[in-house]
Amino acid sequence: MVMEIVCPAGTPAALRAAVKAGAHTVYCGFADETNARNFPGLNFDREEMREGVAFAHSHGSKVLVAINTFPRAGDEAIWHRAVSDAEAAGADAVILADVGLLDYAARYHPGLRRHLSVQAAAANADVINFYAETFGVRRVVLPRVLSVPEIAAINAETEVETEVFVFGGLCVMAEGRCSLSSYATGKSPNMNGVCSPASHVEYHDEGGVLDAKLGGYTIHRVAKDEPAPYPTLCKGCFSAGDKTGHLFEDPVSLNAEHLIPQLKKAGVTALKIEGRQRSRSYVAQVVGNFRAAVDALEAGRPMPEGMLTRLSEGQATTAGAYMKVWR
Amino acid sequence: MPQPATTIPIFPPLFAAPLRTLPLAPLSVALSLYARTVAKTHPRLFRRLGEHAHKRYVLDPTDLPFAILLEPNGGAPKVHVTRRAVTGDARIAGSLAALLGMVHGAYDGDALFFSRDLMVEGDTGAALALRNAVDDAELDLSQEAARLSGPLARPLQKIFALAEQRTGVSLSRPEETTAW
Repeated sequence: MVMEIVCPAGTPAALRAAVKAGAHTVYCGFADETNARNFPGLNFDREEMREGVAFAHSHGSKVLVAINTFPRAGDEAIWHRAVSDAEAAGADAVILADVGLLDYAARYHPGLRRHLSVQAAAANADVINFYAETFGVRRVVLPRVLSVPEIAAINAETEVETEVFVFGGLCVMAEGRCSLSSYATGKSPNMNGVCSPASHVEYHDEGGVLDAKLGGYTIHRVAKDEPAPYPTLCKGCFSAGDKTGHLFEDPVSLNAEHLIPQLKKAGVTALKIEGRQRSRSYVAQVVGNFRAAVDALEAGRPMPEGMLTRLSEGQATTAGAYMKVWR
Repeated sequence: MPQPATTIPIFPPLFAAPLRTLPLAPLSVALSLYARTVAKTHPRLFRRLGEHAHKRYVLDPTDLPFAILLEPNGGAPKVHVTRRAVTGDARIAGSLAALLGMVHGAYDGDALFFSRDLMVEGDTGAALALRNAVDDAELDLSQEAARLSGPLARPLQKIFALAEQRTGVSLSRPEETTAW
């Protein structure tokens, strides 16, 4: 069985680019706070979602709709409507994180396949099996904090399909639990669908020295000959006492391309590419690269050499927790 | 050293120098008309800008002796080309080739930014909205220009294709082929 490539689409054009580049599956979200990439100019209105699903299906690809933020008390109807509209658009599954929303979807949309978002931070077989037994979850997106042996151990104890991130932005926190962004901006991915929102980001270039600020705080300062960073708090450069450095993680991106054979051996069903906030050019390049890799693996050919570092934050990549070498 | 997003050509200074005397008023009018045509053919672009549809964007091709002030005006865009320092809500600066390559989807905007081939100042949210809206619109500026040129469309397209081939600057939308 070929590993499924699950690709991001922030816009209808990116969805079409992903499908044309060989995506087995595309994930996307509505243009509101129901999804964890609620960025300006991104996402799909209802009509675009219907058209996107139809386009993907006509090319043999599936569409998953991410409704993976946590509903605000009193405003649950916004999230309920998103689930209903995803089903009406013909989505192949919804990606959910909140137990209340999972319960709603299981009760009122039982025919709609349910995936557990990484935002639910389900990182062991017991909790994954709970979601499967209680809400009929068929697939779980694993957090980016597990090693390959840990993923293999989970797969040995559950029938639920597992999907893991292999490329793109690297979140090193307990996803769905991290509110770090809200301390500087008042907004977090869990509640508002934005981590380090662009509305709170400012850049100042003084003679080539670039300051990257979030909510008025300087998170990075880089020299002329260094790559430009995005001011995400967990990847910021901080001074404390006599030390200056990246406290949690360097500004790097995940690239687990070379681990695909090991992930297959560990029982992983699907490989997820991060980047709904990226362009169709990025989507086409990354998807094409990973589709070629899984097809080569299936055919017993050597894996093609990747060319993706230049597309990455910090222009550097890491295998993240899959090959744990934490400070 | 930041790696370039890819090899991005710079507008030759020899050809840029004479542009210092180019009359900018007619260019502003022509670009405004052109932007309005794009607005008619791509209304979703302006819807996608949302709350940023009335911001002022400074597009600064750093290898040319002028900058472009773009006011989307919620779908009735105005373009003003100027040699003076101009301020807007957001400024997006980079070589002409980088800016055109991003518009046409030949380059990824974030990758251009990481490699510092592109610079963003001011309202980052507005800049991001414009980038995302333009990316979704799948613009092909040479095709749009040819559409406005009546009987000259075909020769104009040939000139664009030749210029693209010679200079490496993305003047049209790269063709997407279905890989699978």
